[in-house]
Amino acid sequence: MISIIKINSEKCKGCSLCIKACPKQCISFSKQFNKAGYHWAVLEKENSCIGCGFCYMICPDVCIEVYKDL
Amino acid sequence: MKKILSKPESLKNAVLSYCPGCGHGIIHRLAAECIDELGVREKTIAVAPVGCAVFAYDYFNFDVTEAPHGRPPAIATGIKRTNPDKFVFTYQGDGDIAAIGMAETIHAANRSENITIIFVNNANYGMTGGQMAPTTLIGQVTETTPFGRNPEREGYPIKLCELLSTLEGTTYLERVAIYNPQNIIKAKKAIKRAFQCQIDGKGFSLVEVISNCPVDWGMTPLDSIKWVEETFIKSFPLGTVKDKINSII
Amino acid sequence: MTKKLVKGNIALCEGAITAGLKSYFGYPITPQNEIPSYFSRKMVELGRVFIQAESEIAAVSMVLGAAVTGTRAMTSSSSPGISLKQEAISYMAGMQVPALIVNVQRGGPGLGNISSSQSDYFQAVKGGGHGDYKIIVIAPNSAQEMYEAAYDAFDLAEKYRTPVMILADGIIGQMMEPIEFNRPEKKEFKEKEWILNGCKGREPRSIKSLLMKDGVLEKHNVKLQEKYKLISENEVKYELYMTEDAEIIITAYGISSRIAKSAVKLARKNGIKAGLLRPKTLWPFPSEIISSFAKPNVKFLSVELSHGQMVEDVRLAVNGRSSVEFLGKAGGGLVTEQEIIKKIQSKV
Repeated sequence: MISIIKINSEKCKGCSLCIKACPKQCISFSKQFNKAGYHWAVLEKENSCIGCGFCYMICPDVCIEVYKDL
Repeated sequence: MKKILSKPESLKNAVLSYCPGCGHGIIHRLAAECIDELGVREKTIAVAPVGCAVFAYDYFNFDVTEAPHGRPPAIATGIKRTNPDKFVFTYQGDGDIAAIGMAETIHAANRSENITIIFVNNANYGMTGGQMAPTTLIGQVTETTPFGRNPEREGYPIKLCELLSTLEGTTYLERVAIYNPQNIIKAKKAIKRAFQCQIDGKGFSLVEVISNCPVDWGMTPLDSIKWVEETFIKSFPLGTVKDKINSII
Repeated sequence: MTKKLVKGNIALCEGAITAGLKSYFGYPITPQNEIPSYFSRKMVELGRVFIQAESEIAAVSMVLGAAVTGTRAMTSSSSPGISLKQEAISYMAGMQVPALIVNVQRGGPGLGNISSSQSDYFQAVKGGGHGDYKIIVIAPNSAQEMYEAAYDAFDLAEKYRTPVMILADGIIGQMMEPIEFNRPEKKEFKEKEWILNGCKGREPRSIKSLLMKDGVLEKHNVKLQEKYKLISENEVKYELYMTEDAEIIITAYGISSRIAKSAVKLARKNGIKAGLLRPKTLWPFPSEIISSFAKPNVKFLSVELSHGQMVEDVRLAVNGRSSVEFLGKAGGGLVTEQEIIKKIQSKV
């Protein structure tokens, strides 16, 4: 089963809560800054995502979407 | 690929004005998800507080009114009594609900107003820069307790759920936290139960959400949720404080 | 139409009920206690909403809540309680929420006493709360006018989306007089496009006074001032009594105007050309009509149960073209006809 997350780079404030919450450690910071000046969160290890939704749950900016191949 | 989790309909597609890592956004989303799932968005009238969530009407995708500081329970009373078929909830911070608005809170609870309160407890006044709140912990340093909260000078943190539990008018009171996904799931369950309590006409419900305020606490977002887990919830134990939903027919 | 003997406070309740009042929120304070007491029975019998709130602050906040949903709501109190209500009155002015607030004035400052007084004029007409706002202030002088003012207040409030205050006093509230219930029961209400009633079939709405974005509050204030100008042009109400040839015009409202009218009659018997100009709305104030009477050979005398509040607006209207005298007392005593005559004789 393949899962991915999409993170809205402009809404993300780089708080890192999703990075900490991810049980598979597959999220990290972008190298670039967004318009607001934050390194946003990105799904670094695409193949590791299990679509558990923890990142979505803890994201205070509601900027993560979770997709799953059902 | 199927989208399984995304912004609920009851939230607008706006950039939240909260600081990075602040718990308000999570709590907004939980309330919005519950409203979507209960199908009451189109009959919701919410009451925004004064404090960080003052802009709630810019984020919630349903009708919202402003309220003077501390008055949301009275405003909600006026709305619900004249419109018993509408779904009415207030979203309030610790200063709003337990300091300036304590009288309105207690009396709305005591009348068993059929409303729901989402009470965000982050142990300080966020919007004004981190002053002492009624819920500030003993020893906690804030803008106005530079030596730490001293009970001899500033009294003790108010445990609102326990206080309200003594009133016959309260039906459901629960304290939850949002520092990790497990607790966020529990928090959502509590909010949904509180909302359902109102929908079923069972009277006053309140969910106290222990949240974090990284910027005013002078912490990183990660340190702030660690502090919630290791310190904050030791003073404010999580769980159901009162639940007589099932005993009301 | 048959007349019924009732207190001013009860007449006011009946006016509001006939106008379709859906909810009343109050808190006990003398001399307005007949109002919550009467509503506590009547509103419940009618299946409408009555709440004795935990404070005047809560009561007026409940009014705000009921009113944002477009329903007719009111509260009543007396002077110290009205001070507490200023918070929500300012919010309602900013949020443009229509509602009725009744002040059956008592003596002040502070806790004062429960005697009739007119010391809250400034608070009512100059904006008792914070910010640049006005509310419509109606000043009845009889039980009949209490009934009619309460009936008319809601239409006025909704027409302009503004709080309306009825500024009465202890005597007008307590005095029993025969009145005619001459207004039809209001059953149909215009649909309002600004209210909060759930976003079914439309975009969500919010009602607020917090306007933080650059320039928005400035624009909002200009809009409010335009509204106040419109109200000033259209809603001024006053009564003239023997003013055509008057050389001395008494200005008085509420209970003082009743005494002043008797004094005018007495003065005329004594060959003094006196008249009465009674503002029925204190804001908007009848400045234009006062101004039209202002000439060097006409004198004004403002009679109030205060130490001189409305007199300031009379002076502004007269703008130096007539002399303006004042007679008043506050804190218990009434001005008598004889005192008015004496004051007139010393000045004419």
